[in-house]
Amino acid sequence: MTLLLDIQRLTIELPAGADRVYAVQDLSLRVDAGRTLCVVGESGSGKSLTAAAIVRLLPSPDLRISGGSILLEGRDTLAMSPAELLQVRGGRVGYIFQDPLSCLNPLERVGLQIREVLDRHAWQGDRAARVMQLLSDVGLPEPEITRARYPWELSGGQRQRVMIAIALAADPQLIIADEPTTALDVTTQAQILRLLRDLQAKRGLGLLLITHDFGVVSEMADDVAVLRAGRLVEAGPRAQVLGQPRAAYTQRLLAAVPPLVARPARVAGTALLKAQGLRKIWHSRGAWGRTNVSTLAVADVALSVNFGETVAVVGESGSGKSTLARMLARLTDGEAGQAYLAGVSDNYLALPSRSLVPLRRAVQVIFQDPFASLNPRHTVGESISMGPIANGTPRGQALREVGELLERVRIDPRAADRYPNEFSGGQRQRIVIARALAMKAKLLIADEPVSSLDVSVQSDILDLLEEIQARDGVGMVFITHDLRVAARMADHIVVMHRGQVVESGTAFQILTQPVQSYTRELISAVPTLRPERAE
Amino acid sequence: MRLFTAFVAWLPRALLTLAAIGLMNFTLVRLAPGDPAAVIAGESGAADGAFIEKIRADYGLDQPIQVQVASYLTRLARGDLGVSYRSNLPVSQMIAQRLPATLILTGTALIFAIVVGTMLGIASSRARGGWLDLAIGSFAMLCYAMPVFWVGLLLVLVFSVALGWFPAFGMASLVPKQGLAYLVDVMHHLVLPALTLALLHMAVYVRLARSSSLEVMGKDFIRTAHAKGLTDGQVLRGHVLRNAMLPIVTMAGLQLGHLMGGAIVIETVFAWPGIGRLAFDALLQRDYSVILGVFFVSSVMVVLANLVTDLALRIVDPRIGR
Amino acid sequence: MLSLIALVALLAPWIAPHDPWALLGQPLAPPGGDFALGTDMLGRDLLSGLIHGARVSLLIGLASSTCALLIGVGVGALAGYFGGIVDRVLMRFTEFFQVIPAFLFAILLVAIMRPGLKSVIIAVALVTWPPVARLVRSEFLVLRSREFVEAARSLGLGHWQIMVREILPNALPPVIAVGSLMVATAILTESSLSFLGLADPNLISWGYIIGSSRSVFRDAWWLSVLPGLCLFITVLSINLLADGLGDAGNPLLRSGRDTAA
Repeated sequence: MTLLLDIQRLTIELPAGADRVYAVQDLSLRVDAGRTLCVVGESGSGKSLTAAAIVRLLPSPDLRISGGSILLEGRDTLAMSPAELLQVRGGRVGYIFQDPLSCLNPLERVGLQIREVLDRHAWQGDRAARVMQLLSDVGLPEPEITRARYPWELSGGQRQRVMIAIALAADPQLIIADEPTTALDVTTQAQILRLLRDLQAKRGLGLLLITHDFGVVSEMADDVAVLRAGRLVEAGPRAQVLGQPRAAYTQRLLAAVPPLVARPARVAGTALLKAQGLRKIWHSRGAWGRTNVSTLAVADVALSVNFGETVAVVGESGSGKSTLARMLARLTDGEAGQAYLAGVSDNYLALPSRSLVPLRRAVQVIFQDPFASLNPRHTVGESISMGPIANGTPRGQALREVGELLERVRIDPRAADRYPNEFSGGQRQRIVIARALAMKAKLLIADEPVSSLDVSVQSDILDLLEEIQARDGVGMVFITHDLRVAARMADHIVVMHRGQVVESGTAFQILTQPVQSYTRELISAVPTLRPERAE
Repeated sequence: MRLFTAFVAWLPRALLTLAAIGLMNFTLVRLAPGDPAAVIAGESGAADGAFIEKIRADYGLDQPIQVQVASYLTRLARGDLGVSYRSNLPVSQMIAQRLPATLILTGTALIFAIVVGTMLGIASSRARGGWLDLAIGSFAMLCYAMPVFWVGLLLVLVFSVALGWFPAFGMASLVPKQGLAYLVDVMHHLVLPALTLALLHMAVYVRLARSSSLEVMGKDFIRTAHAKGLTDGQVLRGHVLRNAMLPIVTMAGLQLGHLMGGAIVIETVFAWPGIGRLAFDALLQRDYSVILGVFFVSSVMVVLANLVTDLALRIVDPRIGR
Repeated sequence: MLSLIALVALLAPWIAPHDPWALLGQPLAPPGGDFALGTDMLGRDLLSGLIHGARVSLLIGLASSTCALLIGVGVGALAGYFGGIVDRVLMRFTEFFQVIPAFLFAILLVAIMRPGLKSVIIAVALVTWPPVARLVRSEFLVLRSREFVEAARSLGLGHWQIMVREILPNALPPVIAVGSLMVATAILTESSLSFLGLADPNLISWGYIIGSSRSVFRDAWWLSVLPGLCLFITVLSINLLADGLGDAGNPLLRSGRDTAA
């Protein structure tokens, strides 16, 4: 087995004033030709920086590589001259980045962007033909047409295939893929991962795959390395690290990945929400304000939730699940639909804005992005108490309750005087939950509340939500794209695709006996943790 | 084809805008304190009763307001901007005579400002944090803070009075020259006024080019470009430049209005025979038809410039209009 | 630097050695001698003229920018927050004002309204408000769809409360920076107006001094250069101040780095 990449004792320093001295400390990794090394870690673990260091593409000049060597096919990239490095980049090492939309030049056609690599590395032979060949190798239909397209005209999956084509163009031996599928839908993710595996097998490439998702590791890795705060926690063959992890941290991470198994059943309460016939159309405007294109975002959707129960709405991007959530919370108004909430006599979707006060108290939303959900200029205490005060609670009482609420979400009550940017993502999400609780809501609508959090933090937040549900008996509508999270939280699952409900039923039913083909496809695409790989 | 459809879509809006400006002209005159006829006649020294009556009849000021508006707008559409009461010449003719001079001045200034400004801005962004960046930035800041007429006067003082390198007034020498010599002569006279106008606006482009290219350089696809093994120069030319130009093109369109304003002052300082000077003289004489005429023509030019800018943007950025 | 100028402006009536309009000395005397900075062609003291001019320029600059800011923020906030037809109407309105050549329009307004302090302030304000409106509108558009605003709506806050308490404080920093720049622009515009002789004939301002000294420009160069220098320094200090203001007063920068998850 040829040793392709040998990172020895790499150390990267952070600039002064950061929360630790080293971004990466004393790290050693190996990638062999024809094998895949998955580097796993949470955010801040240094995995992306390590990869960037291989081709000396560190994002900031303040980061210093202060020690170690990186031997690529025997030569130390850290000691190379700039000219040699330029040859390595693209020529010996192909790089695939995370978000293909922002990683491709929006003003240039796709074919030219691939061609650029060939031109740069003086590719002998017909370059135009090679571009076409690459496009079909990565599975893009109609290469003739595709190469003349701009990145924004393609879908997310297609764009990532283009990125792969760019990485492969000059026939490198090592491919570095930095979270290549994180920004993609789960079905697309499965396709891209399969593509990478095929290409690797056909060309005997070494693949360095960076990810935070252990499910992906399980599907792709030959070898695994676990990073934490810049240090190597554990490394070894896949079966060993996933099956018998030695380090406590690895074990914790593995335990935090929800299995695709339905949660134990529990007793539900009386009816809380009953919605049906929900419909929403988005109009895009043409030149004179006339409607140009109409998209049916939500089509005839029905949903019901009982007290103390969680209904998960699962779908990929464009499925309409977020729009549905916002309709239920009356943040968007739809074209049609009725929704009845316990304690509110009329269809609350049809009520005028002025009469929405009882609704606002009863239905609260937890949003996805913890960084954007809190007004950076209000203290935590102000954010939490704002709602109750606006709805009539006397100020003194509202402020007192802030302390209690913070304790319930396990945040130090003294945080009430601090500003959101002093807290981590997970902590902010707890504050957002506290804000929702302050309104004494009966129905919580959670729109991807844990998607942007690290997996260990995710599991804490999900625990918290379960606890709140058990104690207060609130009903929850849980929107997510991740079936594993849905499996963990939900009693009922509703599967949406392009605005319509494809299938719905109890979690157990959906996960073990899916009826519709889309549901089955969705389930099989989820990268699950299995010590033995299914080939 | 895309461009043509864009043009067609633009037309009604532009016409509407111009009509609105015309309407505003109309209202402005009516708003001035006193009898509109007297205002129009101005203090042109012929404000006797019969003359004012004549104006009233000419402009139909005794007719209902809708009729007045309609007739005014139709006259505008035909290019009839009225007659100057000072010189008895049709305003449109006076403007047409002097428009080329202004266009030469503003055109040269704009091109100079954009080209040099962008170059300096990009150089500044590449040398970010270094002494060159600081020097260019300070220079831009100084240029921006200087009143345009003061700069003109200073330049005249230094280059004309003290050093005698460039002429201080007019567009051509008193002794007219022919052919190529004439061209050279005009250019010789052009240097100081165009430079004055350009310096001020250049500052804007320097800053804009700098921040725009810095922003683009921070984008993800630049990392991709580097990962392909491209040199810094190749990345700059192939990827950064085109993306960074977008706000600059937009700004150029917006700036034209300001340039026209600056032109008035410059033309006054340098006795440059353009429409700005025309307007200023008319102002002193309270010859409102001329002032309004110049105003309208400048607005037309700004609207046209906006069209050109929009079309240029569509060429550079294929995302627009899709 | 700026505060020095402001101070001088405020104290003008007391510290100026002479009434700037009084014809006191030898016409066109060079700097030095009895009059520190010389006299103009009619024998008026330049130094006093400069000092009084400071008052006028600053006054007009501040007054017109405040008006322009009020208009601009109002229009921009309404357009950005409500969107839809309100936005389109307001934007057409703003675009209209932006198409009009700014300085020409100001001249036109002053000419028609009879030159005077009020007309100058109004003219300058009317000409400088569109960029602020655009800026405020784009800030509001971005912030309106941020999740904390949606959270505020779900908490039951009304439109007005959301606009003022939630969005506005976040939209302010760039507005303040632009606002300070606007003061500088206003001062420059006013000086151009008075250079051309269009300002209030009763008020002495720097532009006016330069304008009226044009005829003796070659001989008494100091009459043109020095007032311009004052203008330049004032505007420069405002610009520097504006740059500094852009970063200050922002709690995002208050407690250092943003901690990641």
